[in-house]
Amino acid sequence: MVKRKTLAAVAVGSGKNETDLREPINSNKHISTKKISSIMLRVLVYLGVFLTVAAMLFIVVYILIKGVPYITPSLFEFTYTSDNVSLMPALINTVLMTAVALVVSTIIGVFAAIFLVEYTGRGNKFVSVVSLAAETLSGIPSIVYGLFGMLFFVLYLHWGISLLSGALTLAIMTLPLIMRTTQEALIAVPDAYREASFGLGAGPLRTVFKVVLPSAIPGILAGIILAIGRIVGESAALIYTAGTIAKVPDTALDSTRTLAVHMYVLASEGLHINETYATAVILLILVVLINAASSAVAKRMTKGKFK
Amino acid sequence: MNVKLSVSDLDLYYGDFQALKSVDLDMFEKEITAFIGPSGCGKSTLIKTLNRMNDLVEGCRIMGKVTLDGEDIYKDIEVSTLRKRVGMVFQKPNPFPMSVFDNVAFGPRTHGVKSKAELEEIVERSLRDAAIFDELKDRMKKSAMGLSGGQQQRLCIARALAVEPEVLLLDEPTSALDPISTSKIEELLASLKKDYTIVIVTHNMQQALRISDKTAFFLLGEVIEHGDTETIFSLPKDKRTEDYITGRFG
Repeated sequence: MVKRKTLAAVAVGSGKNETDLREPINSNKHISTKKISSIMLRVLVYLGVFLTVAAMLFIVVYILIKGVPYITPSLFEFTYTSDNVSLMPALINTVLMTAVALVVSTIIGVFAAIFLVEYTGRGNKFVSVVSLAAETLSGIPSIVYGLFGMLFFVLYLHWGISLLSGALTLAIMTLPLIMRTTQEALIAVPDAYREASFGLGAGPLRTVFKVVLPSAIPGILAGIILAIGRIVGESAALIYTAGTIAKVPDTALDSTRTLAVHMYVLASEGLHINETYATAVILLILVVLINAASSAVAKRMTKGKFK
Repeated sequence: MNVKLSVSDLDLYYGDFQALKSVDLDMFEKEITAFIGPSGCGKSTLIKTLNRMNDLVEGCRIMGKVTLDGEDIYKDIEVSTLRKRVGMVFQKPNPFPMSVFDNVAFGPRTHGVKSKAELEEIVERSLRDAAIFDELKDRMKKSAMGLSGGQQQRLCIARALAVEPEVLLLDEPTSALDPISTSKIEELLASLKKDYTIVIVTHNMQQALRISDKTAFFLLGEVIEHGDTETIFSLPKDKRTEDYITGRFG
């Protein structure tokens, strides 16, 4: 018995040795153990990934833990009172505000980008000036846009502190972002597509709308998603343009309060911190939903269905 | 034989660089004309002039005259009409990122064909003419990006044929393809010759010899020699032509 056991062990052992000899030559073992610098780089990149994911997880989990227990049906009542700080009006306002601001900035931004890429020559001076201006604009703090919006829309145009003033301020704020991302997306479309389209006798209009734009949709969408993030998360620019009235507006010229502003107001009043966290949870979910919806739309648009 | 396309005294500049120097050349109806010559000799530039694709190049100035059936293509013919009559196939296969059907239907739709039945008929006929219908008939709704390079190039030929052009320009259509796909396209061109006037740019002298009726040899923006392909290859008049086709340079 004993002898057989050792034999078996030897057999297993030798079998293992054989596979050891046939170790894959492309395993990273040989490369990375040789140099300390490559180990360090490896540690650094892992650390980078870890810290990024950890920071995001920490924030999300923290907000969920703090907020989820306070999500009650009463938070979703249609009217806001000082006893029951319902977030429903702010939720509806956020969706309205995002929709209006996004429609305006996407239409203008995409058309501006089409002009810059398709209707001017490559390396045009004017294009680089406009691009530089757009990049500078996207770096300006949002409160500056808020001030402009207040002076121009609220006071000069007499629109008052209103949904429309706020939405247009946000549209101006996100316009450079959408224009620049669309511009990059259009530049990335291979010239071969344009050549093929022109070569078949199509004009610039048909080439842009049937060939170039559909190919650029994923890139444009990336810009739109970033813009949604900025609009939904904006508070500073809205306080002076759209105000803080927690009511679904009757007209576009009524004051509104978005979720982010709602959170700001609740937190600064200091009386409803728990509800503030609950609102943050809803805001997170809303952002995820809006992003998912826009990718779904883009997927349907790029499914090869366009004619 | 009727002259289909005629180029006379054509000078072309990209900025300060003169890419074509007083080119005179006639291309005859229902024949294959091949442009040969070393890289940078202007043969692609000339073929792009024939359906005004050079209009898209910035700083490109063209002097001289190009006529299609006697009409000046820069004066008498609308550019979209010209490109419908003079189709083009490019060096690299460039199908649109759409389905096979939509690729071929793009041209007819551009020129106003709307009825589904008519489009289906045009697509099938064009794919048959490009000898690729049998390979693709079950993949009409699939994306053209999934096809092999050779299939993509024949699809591009079908797409060009779908607008019923009179002339087909091909700019090194086989240079990115393997020998089997290349011979399929050469066979295809030989059969298309009976209906179309074909102009082809090629780096491959054997290809020019195999498929073309007329050959023009380009060097540094000039047409050095042109005439019957057999004559050019067997009894070249110019020393430079002889050096090139015997492989002494280029």
